[in-house]
Amino acid sequence: MKELIEVLAKSLVDNPDQVFVQEKIVDDEIIIELNVAESDMGKVIGKQGRIAKALRTVLKAAANKEKKRVLLEIV
Amino acid sequence: MIKVEQVGKTIEEALEAVLNQYNVTKDDVTVTVVDEGKKGFLGFGSKEAKIIVEIKEDSDLKQEKALNFVKEVTKHMGIEADINLKAEAENIFINIDSPDIGIIIGRRGETLDAMQYLTGLAVNKNSSSWTRVILDASGYRQRREEALKDLAQKKAERVKHTSRRVSLEPMNPQERRIIHTTLQDDPWVTTFSEGEEPYRRVVIALKK
Repeated sequence: MKELIEVLAKSLVDNPDQVFVQEKIVDDEIIIELNVAESDMGKVIGKQGRIAKALRTVLKAAANKEKKRVLLEIV
Repeated sequence: MIKVEQVGKTIEEALEAVLNQYNVTKDDVTVTVVDEGKKGFLGFGSKEAKIIVEIKEDSDLKQEKALNFVKEVTKHMGIEADINLKAEAENIFINIDSPDIGIIIGRRGETLDAMQYLTGLAVNKNSSSWTRVILDASGYRQRREEALKDLAQKKAERVKHTSRRVSLEPMNPQERRIIHTTLQDDPWVTTFSEGEEPYRRVVIALKK
């Protein structure tokens, strides 16, 4: 899950070396925290959150395959 | 085409910096020297060299990017996939075949659409021209189009029989377009969309 978001985020931003992803497990849910350079925030959120939504959709599909619940937080 | 302005101690140094940054070779670029720069003496009177580098818009590069992106993403989703790319004019078509095809497509193509959107963004990053990327999964888009055309015809028949308008389920813009186009030449019914995204839906009604 963590690597998936890393791959996705790194191919969207201008500063791939500043992409940091952390994975936390709370109860039965995986929480993924995505960190990017300030100037790249728009590249992972998009107009009206369109990119963030697409990221969550792909992540959710991967989690479903493993019968897990996952939450993406962009911080 | 990407245009970059770069300064450096020498022309060679400036060029080297651009080539490294964009991960391209000398063959991929055209260099225009704006200022040759001066060496100076003991740091006095020296001037930096300035060049403009145009990096060729390499459609091969984009195709490679697209293919790699989809491969990497499916791999990290834990999905085994057979990925094929076809380039036509300004478009890139990628078909994915996999035993987990249902996961790749998602509910009403939701996951496939998200992946298509992200692939497009990744491929066109830092590019001034936009290449459309279309993802398909085992011919899903084709099948969906046939099903939507079918649905449009059936619902239109019902409108003609009952004289009452029919509102379809919410669809994305591409899917709504298929409905509109299917019925645009029908002499008896008219179509329009109502509601807000993502719940926007097509309504079929009798022509007045």
